[in-house]
Amino acid sequence: MQPYTKHESIAAAMNRSNVDTDQIIPKQFLKKVERSGFGIHLFHDWRYNDDGSDNAEFELNKPTFKGAKILVVGDNFGCGSSREHAPWAIADYGFNTIISTSYADIFFNNCFKNGILPIKVEKNVLDALMAEINANEGIRFGVDLENQQVTTPAGNNFSFDIDPFRKGNLLSGLDDIGLTLQHVDQIDAYEQRHKQNFPWLWA
Amino acid sequence: MKKTMYEKIWDSHLVAEAAGQAPLIYVDRHLMHEVTSPQAFEGLRLSGRKVRNPHSILATMDHCVPTKNRNLPIADPIAKKQIEVMAENCRENGLNLYDMQSPNNGVIHVVVPEHGFVHPGMVVVCGDSHTATHGAFGALAFGIGTSEVEHVMATQTLPQKKSKTMLVRIDGELNKFSSAKDIALAIIGKIGTAGGTGYVIEYAGDAIKALSMEGRMTLCNMAIEAGARAGLIAPDEKTYAFLQGKEFAPKGAAWDQALAYWQSLPSDADASYDATVVLNAADIAPQVSWGTSPEQVSGVNDVVPAPESFSDEGKRKACESALAYMGLTPNTKITDIPVDYVFIGSCTNGRIEDFRIAAEVAKGTKVAAGVTAIAVPGSYQVKQQAEAEGLDKIFIDAGWEWRDPGCSMCLAMNGDELSKGQRCASTSNRNFEGRQGKGGRTHLVSPAMAAAAAAAGHFVDIRTL
Ligand code: SF4
Repeated sequence: MQPYTKHESIAAAMNRSNVDTDQIIPKQFLKKVERSGFGIHLFHDWRYNDDGSDNAEFELNKPTFKGAKILVVGDNFGCGSSREHAPWAIADYGFNTIISTSYADIFFNNCFKNGILPIKVEKNVLDALMAEINANEGIRFGVDLENQQVTTPAGNNFSFDIDPFRKGNLLSGLDDIGLTLQHVDQIDAYEQRHKQNFPWLWA
Repeated sequence: MKKTMYEKIWDSHLVAEAAGQAPLIYVDRHLMHEVTSPQAFEGLRLSGRKVRNPHSILATMDHCVPTKNRNLPIADPIAKKQIEVMAENCRENGLNLYDMQSPNNGVIHVVVPEHGFVHPGMVVVCGDSHTATHGAFGALAFGIGTSEVEHVMATQTLPQKKSKTMLVRIDGELNKFSSAKDIALAIIGKIGTAGGTGYVIEYAGDAIKALSMEGRMTLCNMAIEAGARAGLIAPDEKTYAFLQGKEFAPKGAAWDQALAYWQSLPSDADASYDATVVLNAADIAPQVSWGTSPEQVSGVNDVVPAPESFSDEGKRKACESALAYMGLTPNTKITDIPVDYVFIGSCTNGRIEDFRIAAEVAKGTKVAAGVTAIAVPGSYQVKQQAEAEGLDKIFIDAGWEWRDPGCSMCLAMNGDELSKGQRCASTSNRNFEGRQGKGGRTHLVSPAMAAAAAAAGHFVDIRTL
């Protein structure tokens, strides 16, 4: 996992509520043998026309939102099935931050395993952020996880809450494997003893 | 303090125990197949991590491989892709893979013991719940998920919660028509599919000591169906004799050193367990499952139970829906249940001993009209051995199909499957709805019972043959 660093990025607005994981990544893409490469299928059914061309009507296809890392989106984002393919697709597309009023539980948890920061805000804050983006598409928001702050050009700044343990993991880029590897000295030492005790396993 | 075998293995594999985190245990052997590994490799690649100990891994292709026409390209494009990706991942990471064309190919839990890759006292994992099989060697062996597969590849360790211990003692002597499979089913019938939840089961007692290594593997294989994390059997002379001379077994002076260690592993006398279950081997009749859970099982001389016979509300409901799915009415004699299909194979009963026993029953018989019977060796080595003994002829003469190895109808992922409503006598381990094909009906039995059912067209009490 990449460590989550302070950044200033384009914020894309999707004024839709209850976006479920089936929309985020439709089921026909789950049979892949990879964990990567889901980004091109993100929001597939909205994003592409039947002939495979880009749907110009879809928010994220707007040139002004190209390269966005921050997704500002309506209530209850990520509901539906538990598929981890959803955060895989979001991260692979390039988002590392989501701002919404609420998230489905499993999806919320899955975000942290994949280096995505899901920020919860009050409804009035979300409305203000949406309005600011709509008035001036392509603007950049600043996200400072360390200080739990989001800043915007129009000054719709706010601070957010986050579980300290998860914050630490995002900042350090540590996933479960990363956590274990903090004990790598102990693993190395164990392996040395292992080689002495069970030499036939290392022959 | 007196220790159980589980505690000895646990203690000797503890790497770290940090406050607020699960204990970290070391993994000696990591087994792999094509279905649960691809995203784990991808995860490694994305994070720029490497396989820590490639030599700890043995991989095979088994779940979606065809069991006939192996020379032709795989028809299912998704299965084909999985096979190709597996080969590529193993090549890229320098892993030992028994691919579809290898003479060593077969079902992972059949192949691994054939090469002596698992020894007593090891911690063994695989992205597959039937990893429990290897407990037959006195190794702590259990199934893990795809993210854990990645975790083990990267760190050679796993964060684990310590299990409770359960002693399952089978006293006395098994009648000659019952087998390890019947012991496994009888235990699950007694303690239920959640009976072992949170436990590692240690099987002991005279009837266990009397089992061959093949039988012990069959028994441990199904520890998972009893809900346990793993099954364990103390290593003894049979274990050592089985391992000696195998490719990955220690040799020369190393053998003596290993042997001394292995002999220290059995539970101390008077070690205490969190739970104990005792069965009398003489009471275990050949078993037949009648429902859609391995705990829904009876002796072959019994009848299909009525839902009312269960005092527990949940079990009554489960019985009702199982009978509806299975198309069975209460009080039908088990021996009156007809079969359309017979499958001998899987990591539960796809070893040489299983085919020997089944062939003995099948010899001189004919598969009943309207019945399809397939024999699927657990590995090419089993297939070759069986052919050397002429067992293939016996099956073919009796009207069976003699196939190439693979998981086949155990989980019906490779195209070998039941059609809706078809009823199968199967030596596999799970009789869940749809496991052998949508709408298919599975009855779990031993190889001898399966072979007898093929000839009769219905279940038979093999004790009366
Ligand atoms: S034979 Fe069945 S239980 Fe064994 S590994 Fe294959 S699918 Fe799993």
